[in-house]
Amino acid sequence: MSLVNFTSREITCKIVYYGPGRSGKTTNLHYIYGRVPEVRRGRMVSLATQTDRTLFFDFLPIDLGSISGFTTRFQLYTVPGQVYYNATRRLVLQGADGVVFVADSQGRQLDENLESLQNLHANLLDQGVDVRAMPLVLQYNKQDLPKELVLTPAELDDALNFRGVPSYPADALHGTGVFESLKGISELVLKRLAQGAPA
Amino acid sequence: MTAALNPKFSFEAYVVGAANRLAVTAGRTVAENPGSAYNPLFIYSGSGLGKTHLLMAIGHAAKKLAPGLNVEYLTLDEYVEAFHAAIAAGQGDAFRRRFQSVDILLVDDVQFLTNRKEMQAELLRLSEALQAAGHQIVLASDRPPAEIADLDERLISRFSGGLVVDMGIPDYETRVAILRRKAEERATSFQSGVLETVAGVEFTNVRELMGALNRLIAFQAVNDAPITEASARQVLGLPAVTEPGAPAEPAAPAPPPDEFSVFLSDVTATVGRAVEAWRARVSEAILRWEGEGYRTKRLEALLAQETPGAVDQVIAAFAKDVERLKALAAEVQGLDSPSAGDSVFRDPDRMAEAEAVAAKVREGAAPPPGPSAAFPLAQFAAGPSNEVALAEVREILANPGKKYNPLVLVGAGGTGKTHLLNAIGLELAARPRAVVACLSTQVFVDELIAAIEGDRVDWWRSRYRRATALLLDDVHLLAGKDRTQEELFNLFNHFQDKERQLVFTAPVPPAELEGIEERIKTRLAGGLAITLAEPDRVVRRAALDRILGRADGPGPDGALLDYLADRPAASIRALTADVQRVRDAAAAQAQAMTAGLARSVLEGEPAPRRRTSGFRTSGIVVSSAGGVRSREKMVWEWPVAADRMIEDLR
Repeated sequence: MSLVNFTSREITCKIVYYGPGRSGKTTNLHYIYGRVPEVRRGRMVSLATQTDRTLFFDFLPIDLGSISGFTTRFQLYTVPGQVYYNATRRLVLQGADGVVFVADSQGRQLDENLESLQNLHANLLDQGVDVRAMPLVLQYNKQDLPKELVLTPAELDDALNFRGVPSYPADALHGTGVFESLKGISELVLKRLAQGAPA
Repeated sequence: MTAALNPKFSFEAYVVGAANRLAVTAGRTVAENPGSAYNPLFIYSGSGLGKTHLLMAIGHAAKKLAPGLNVEYLTLDEYVEAFHAAIAAGQGDAFRRRFQSVDILLVDDVQFLTNRKEMQAELLRLSEALQAAGHQIVLASDRPPAEIADLDERLISRFSGGLVVDMGIPDYETRVAILRRKAEERATSFQSGVLETVAGVEFTNVRELMGALNRLIAFQAVNDAPITEASARQVLGLPAVTEPGAPAEPAAPAPPPDEFSVFLSDVTATVGRAVEAWRARVSEAILRWEGEGYRTKRLEALLAQETPGAVDQVIAAFAKDVERLKALAAEVQGLDSPSAGDSVFRDPDRMAEAEAVAAKVREGAAPPPGPSAAFPLAQFAAGPSNEVALAEVREILANPGKKYNPLVLVGAGGTGKTHLLNAIGLELAARPRAVVACLSTQVFVDELIAAIEGDRVDWWRSRYRRATALLLDDVHLLAGKDRTQEELFNLFNHFQDKERQLVFTAPVPPAELEGIEERIKTRLAGGLAITLAEPDRVVRRAALDRILGRADGPGPDGALLDYLADRPAASIRALTADVQRVRDAAAAQAQAMTAGLARSVLEGEPAPRRRTSGFRTSGIVVSSAGGVRSREKMVWEWPVAADRMIEDLR
């Protein structure tokens, strides 16, 4: 997928929300969906199981309109977090321009977070993508839960953020940190434009 | 004196719509990169559309990012007042210093510059100083710079030099968003449809919108009952809707688009920076090289293309070509200055032509005539008569151009001036990167005449200006040649300025030269004049050794040498002529050269014919037998004395 098409003057950013199951990836998309004016957003495609877990993936296209003469579109995807859907994850991850890793801030979910993060690295590596070159931000979701249940952003940074990428504490249900994360990843992705390296 | 930044006016509180997105984006960019993005940023819009809010928001955002920044917000009136107060207190300079140290200057209402010439001048100075120091200026006005009456052209161009953006009347959605936010700020809620009704009115500015909202809030507070859509219309004096119940506009009950708007304007700024960054780089390069006078067609072509492609490589290649052109032009300048003005040296798209022109010039710039290799210093016959002169020459050779400049070798014909001149030339030419011009004045004059004829005096001049030393034989031949004297005068100054050695020969001391301009004479006299005396016996002996030794086989006859050396001779040239006569006689009589033969030849009958020597001569030829041989010096027709006497008596 070409990020910037100078001929048709289009910018398309594919951003994938990655993370362990039940960490709040779809919630992120729902919140964004709710804030984007109707004319700007496409239909949110959500293929969920009966129990409301993402089975296949969520897809939210956002049309940002004409920016500097470029028709700019964002495509937001989520992957199913459950360990056994790795094939789907790899499919969704293909051609991603940036990844928002949504981590579950709960202390007892730390291992799942680590596992999912390793899974992300492994899948990227499989696709021949340099993990260090892939724009990535971390979102520490569920910070609204009682203090005794969650780790602080600093603790999570210590545990997960070994590449020192931007990280955002969030409460996706109420919207805290959702747009901050989206803005963070957009900036990283778009910055690569300046280096003339379409992903 | 300066209004503080109102904390309520921040970007977060700014409702962004289509009408002001560009301005807000530019404002954010400026706040994030003060002084580098758009400088100055000029914002204009009708009143009540958020100029002041935007200015203050820029100030806040910049302060938040870099708390150390010195941000100053003030309206033009405040600025004028402060200026007048400072002038009245005799603190004009302190006032200027204060504003020149501001990192971000936000000036509101600059339209009031109309008819204030002195303030315009002051602001021009200030903006020049701030821009030069890389400080940000943001100006707001109710009209574009060009429409501010009576505004100095320089200010107009300066204001327009950064970015001029306007803000329009907010559209319906933005109006709704503004109303909602304001209502929220005041902790008031309205029935659905009320705010939409207010927003449906096309107020020309946000202040009127606020006024309407205030009326509704007041009405609701007084009546203690929630205001309805219909009563809102009543309160605002709007005609009742024909179809009651339906909102005037298809009200979108969407959640407030605030977060998304902020996100959108952020992304816009990022894309603007990223996508068009290469264009900015190209434009910058074009401006830079164009400013230096180079053609930038190649770079302009880049802007026409859609994709950034390999712009950086092209710019780098262009810069390299320009460097090469600069080097070529500099080289050509030294060889042939008019050619350096050739337009090919300003056009990197014609590199091959430029190289060709340079090569041609290089070829044409043959070095000036050099010293003759026939006169090495080692062969210069030394003796007590020229000891001092030689010592001075050696000092000059050790330190050319610095010790004695110019050096004038004075002496009668044949005393070795030319030999010594060429010898100095040879020694100087042996230095690294030396270009020694060593020639007779006659050749110098002839060359100039040829150059004038060929219309290439500049070329001729630069050829000599390139030399590291100029040695001119028989400088007295310049007499009466005004143009050559003029050229020599200029060359002279050039060489002295650059501390390059000048050497001249003349038959008389410089001050006694005739027909030479005073300014040249004094310059010649200003150096060192050394006189080469008649050769003494040691010199004669050494010269004879050389003359006889080089033509007449091994070991010239000692008696002959002594005889010849003992004979007084006015010059080496005369001595050479003597030897030649003896040699001719010996050849004619088919006998060896001996002292006896020499005596009979030189002291007996004078030789029947005079040999012209192979040397360049600089004066009249004096026969060794004495007496003037030159026909010109003879008076052949004496005037009739009687005629003259009659004349005198009359």
